[in-house]
Amino acid sequence: MTRSNAYIGSPLDRIEDLRLLAGAGTFVGDLKPDNLLYAVILRSPISHGRIRKIGTAAARSLQGVAAVITAAEIGEVPIIPVRQHGKPEGEPYRQPVIAGEKVRYVGEPVAVVIASEQCIAEDAAELIELEIDELPAVATHEIAARDQTLLFENTVTNLATTFYARMGDADMAFATAEYKRKEKFSVHRHTASPMETRGLLAEWNPELQRMVVSGATKVPFFNRNVVAEMLRLQPSQVDLIEVDVGGGFGARGEFYPEDFLIPFAARYVGGNVRWVEDRREHLMAMNHAREMYADLEIACRKDGTLVGVRGRIDIDLGAYVRTNGFTTPRNVVQFVSGPYLIPNIAIDAFSYLTSKTPTGTYRGPGRYEASFFCERLLDMAANDLGIDPAEFRLKNLIPEDQLPRPLATMAGLDRTWQTELDNGAYGVVMERCLKEFGWEEKKKLQGQLIDGRYHGIAVGNFVEGGAGGRFENARMTIEKGGTVTVAVGSTALGQGLQTILSQIAADALSMPIERIRLLHGSTTLVTQGFGSFHSRSTVMGGSAILLAAEALVALLRDKGASHFGCEPDQVSVSDGYVYYGTKSMEFSAFAGSEVERQFENRKLTYSYGSHTAHVAVDPGTGHVELLDYMTVDDVGRIINPATLHGQILGAIVQGLGSTFLEHLQYDENGQLLTGSLADYLLPTATDFPNIRGISLGLRPCPNNPLGAKGAGEGGLIAVGGVIGNAIAAALRSMSVEPRDLPLSPPQIWRLIQQAKASNHNPKMNEQS
Amino acid sequence: MKFPPLRYLTPQSLDEAIALLEQHGADAKLLSGGQSLMPMLAFRLASCSILIDLKFVPGLDRITVTDRGVELGSRVRWRDIEHDVRLPTVQPLLSMAVKHIAHYAIRNRGTVGGSLAHGDPASELPALAVACGATIAIAGPNGRRSLPAEEFFLFPLITALEPNEVIVSLHFPPWPKARSFGFQEFSRRRGDFAMAGAIVFFDQDKDQNICSPHIGAFGIADTPLRLGEAEKFLLGNRAGSRIFEEAAAHGVRNVDVRADIHADSDYRRALLATLVNRALVEAAQRTSP
Ligand SMILES: Cc1cc2nc3c(=O)[nH]c(=O)nc-3n(C[C@H](O)[C@H](O)[C@H](O)COP(=O)(O)OP(=O)(O)OC[C@H]3O[C@@H](n4cnc5c(N)ncnc54)[C@H](O)[C@@H]3O)c2cc1C
Repeated sequence: MTRSNAYIGSPLDRIEDLRLLAGAGTFVGDLKPDNLLYAVILRSPISHGRIRKIGTAAARSLQGVAAVITAAEIGEVPIIPVRQHGKPEGEPYRQPVIAGEKVRYVGEPVAVVIASEQCIAEDAAELIELEIDELPAVATHEIAARDQTLLFENTVTNLATTFYARMGDADMAFATAEYKRKEKFSVHRHTASPMETRGLLAEWNPELQRMVVSGATKVPFFNRNVVAEMLRLQPSQVDLIEVDVGGGFGARGEFYPEDFLIPFAARYVGGNVRWVEDRREHLMAMNHAREMYADLEIACRKDGTLVGVRGRIDIDLGAYVRTNGFTTPRNVVQFVSGPYLIPNIAIDAFSYLTSKTPTGTYRGPGRYEASFFCERLLDMAANDLGIDPAEFRLKNLIPEDQLPRPLATMAGLDRTWQTELDNGAYGVVMERCLKEFGWEEKKKLQGQLIDGRYHGIAVGNFVEGGAGGRFENARMTIEKGGTVTVAVGSTALGQGLQTILSQIAADALSMPIERIRLLHGSTTLVTQGFGSFHSRSTVMGGSAILLAAEALVALLRDKGASHFGCEPDQVSVSDGYVYYGTKSMEFSAFAGSEVERQFENRKLTYSYGSHTAHVAVDPGTGHVELLDYMTVDDVGRIINPATLHGQILGAIVQGLGSTFLEHLQYDENGQLLTGSLADYLLPTATDFPNIRGISLGLRPCPNNPLGAKGAGEGGLIAVGGVIGNAIAAALRSMSVEPRDLPLSPPQIWRLIQQAKASNHNPKMNEQS
Repeated sequence: MKFPPLRYLTPQSLDEAIALLEQHGADAKLLSGGQSLMPMLAFRLASCSILIDLKFVPGLDRITVTDRGVELGSRVRWRDIEHDVRLPTVQPLLSMAVKHIAHYAIRNRGTVGGSLAHGDPASELPALAVACGATIAIAGPNGRRSLPAEEFFLFPLITALEPNEVIVSLHFPPWPKARSFGFQEFSRRRGDFAMAGAIVFFDQDKDQNICSPHIGAFGIADTPLRLGEAEKFLLGNRAGSRIFEEAAAHGVRNVDVRADIHADSDYRRALLATLVNRALVEAAQRTSP
């Protein structure tokens, strides 16, 4: 059954599952070293203000309190650096690790209490006298744009940066276009909500002057270097250890204020300090995402051929520019065209600071938003021109012979900001999706009122960028018993990394998977590494493993040759043996042999695919039931169909949560109103039972030796647009056009009421 | 989210529980299923230094069915109601309502007394008690009293219960044969608190005219309500889609609808009208044996 060389492509059970299901997982909250102290963070209850006083005497004198740390105890307060997609003009807006003079969002850390018990630390936090002179909240991007209240007095504007996506000549194209339509859309603030909140355990050893931080995810090597520098330690004095992680989705594992505060606290008290975020904190402290407002215009010929898209997108960044810099604002303008051939593009993005939780990347960053804007525009245009929405898309997908094809140029920026779509048979995959979904059959239901509910169907397409982050390392070591230890810098976030990379390693060495031991994530394992983000760990870590395996095989051939007294090319390696003719030696004879290799890559992978949905809308309640959701995608090469399927379905559910349920709401004072999971609604097991997905390995990626493409995000990207279009199609008889997410029942109901009112009153119709 | 250390007491009788409440005053809180209280303590929205668990007080966990109606002890859990084979015939609305309460794990612990005392305006049981004209039996230092549910719920999370009193049971009047009934609730996800809900039942006289119509609403105002105007509209009329729609529209007109982050009052009012109408249609098709 476990024949060598057949692991890639087979739906192996996840190696990690047995341990996790048996309750043997170790998460940060499970780590309880001796003399553990607990940290609780006091956070600003005010959106924008100047700190007048932080009185800590009462808190300090509470029995069991070891320390209270504020900006004063830290001294020179470090500023968190940008990890990727930074721009010089964004520098002044970076976040200090603790608020000393000003607070700029509800949830900003103001003090850290360290105590012998969690509840004592919480009691003490309540005793801190925090006095803040309130300043006007900058609760929306519109208020921010007025620049009447500046969040940073040392700057002249709340506008952090702008992007200009350009292709062809949009002005010309629009001047001569046969059809145009201009629309406003918005995507609401929501974010990743991993099952496990963040957490860190910092252990400071005063004798050895060493810091060990457990709970690292995503980018341990970068974070190690940052925290070392902030603490004025050598990187070699600091290790970041990866333990089990309950999900990341792009938001977890970036360098947050706590990533400094907790190690600092450990050194300050000279011991072990653990912080585990509670859900209320999580909702105000972890990166938010997605909030943007688009004003876009589409142009095409009467026959439906797209000729251009132009307009602007305003982005609510929140209070600071965090580690992701401007990844999301760049992505949203770059990806409006998605997989479609739109020859003329001029879209500007404006990123404003507001006094709300800072934003960052979340699964499909900028792409979910861009897809919503683009797909809604396409359906509006198709409907206006009387063309079937599927036909309209098939006509405009980029043909295979025009790939690779660059996306719109990011004007004035160097090549690290640019990208091109690699390869793919976009039309083939879309037609397959339509067939699996039963488009022709279901089309008959379009707009029909059946048992009191309106039915609608829609289709949309996505491209998903993968394999960012320039390199990844892998090291292979032959152990005494003849097993091979494989260590990679990629991190596991629950995506089945251990299984997938073991499959790749086993095939590359032609040996049984049981004899591969995979280690990942921690800074102790390899000399350098990147981590897991941008759908990269399979492609990058997997490719690094291929290179390391190649090198290990070469090394064993050399060693075998000198042992057997033959030429290296007469030696073969498989099944844990080194062969020469009829002679063989077990791997164990070569114990200690070790290689480390790095895979480097600057080109991204682009998996792609189609989504289709069938909904029924209840006009009495505004409820939308998802009757069927079908997706087909092409990921280049499938390593493990089972884990891939899980990624796709999980991403779709997350996208449905984004589209229907999840909403981080603020009032006009910048207060966060959704402070628990009773108000921030996540999709649960019973909400969306009808989801299907098929993944293909149709066009291997030309940019890496595996042929694989990142595949963790596509399931989410197209959901907003497809659902918005399905609802519009269902309610076509009333001309309802969803333009703003989320599509909650009150929102749908209101759209229906407005449509009814304006249908009764044609004058109003004209105006709107 | 950890509350400060507190004392945990386990009285063995009702009198002892009341005595402990008297003794400790505002420092103490009764604990039943803990499904509302524990989250409030953890969020530090409520605080106390002593928890008095009713778990060992005998006799509070019984469901009694007699010809005088149904009596639910205060420690009867949602799942006890779900599993009771008598209730679907003697108080069918109860079985229907309980299905909408929370999730399996919470239904396994949450109780009748806890729900009444908590007084959440979006809760099913308080609404059912009001709609059915149930009475609540209460014990305190001065003995027992009983209060119609309609007078018990005052504001969101505020009831007529005194701090030193314990809810003993909830009593539903008898359920006649051939009664028509319907229950409709709308929430964002299965198990969530209702955005609005409607409970209806009525009987019909020998001429098929509606008599004793009862229409309850929840999740809509500060307390569960009866929609008197809708009831008036139905009284003496024949069941039919036209009259149902009008009754629903009238019934919600003067309700003081509350808004929250999930929905404004316009939507909630319209939603309630939809649900009342649907519950009436359902009732017309569903009559108890
Ligand atoms: C996620 C979630 C979803 C939920 N969804 C719903 C829902 O859809 N519908 C719904 O109705 N409920 C819902 N609930 C609440 C649940 O039903 C609670 O169990 C119930 O409201 C309280 O009952 P309890 O036994 O848990 O009371 P507890 O939490 O133990 O107590 C609640 C309050 O009542 C007091 N109390 C308890 N017993 C007595 C007594 N005998 N006499 C006087 N005072 C007493 C306590 O001191 C406390 O103040 C939900 C809860 C959760 C956590």
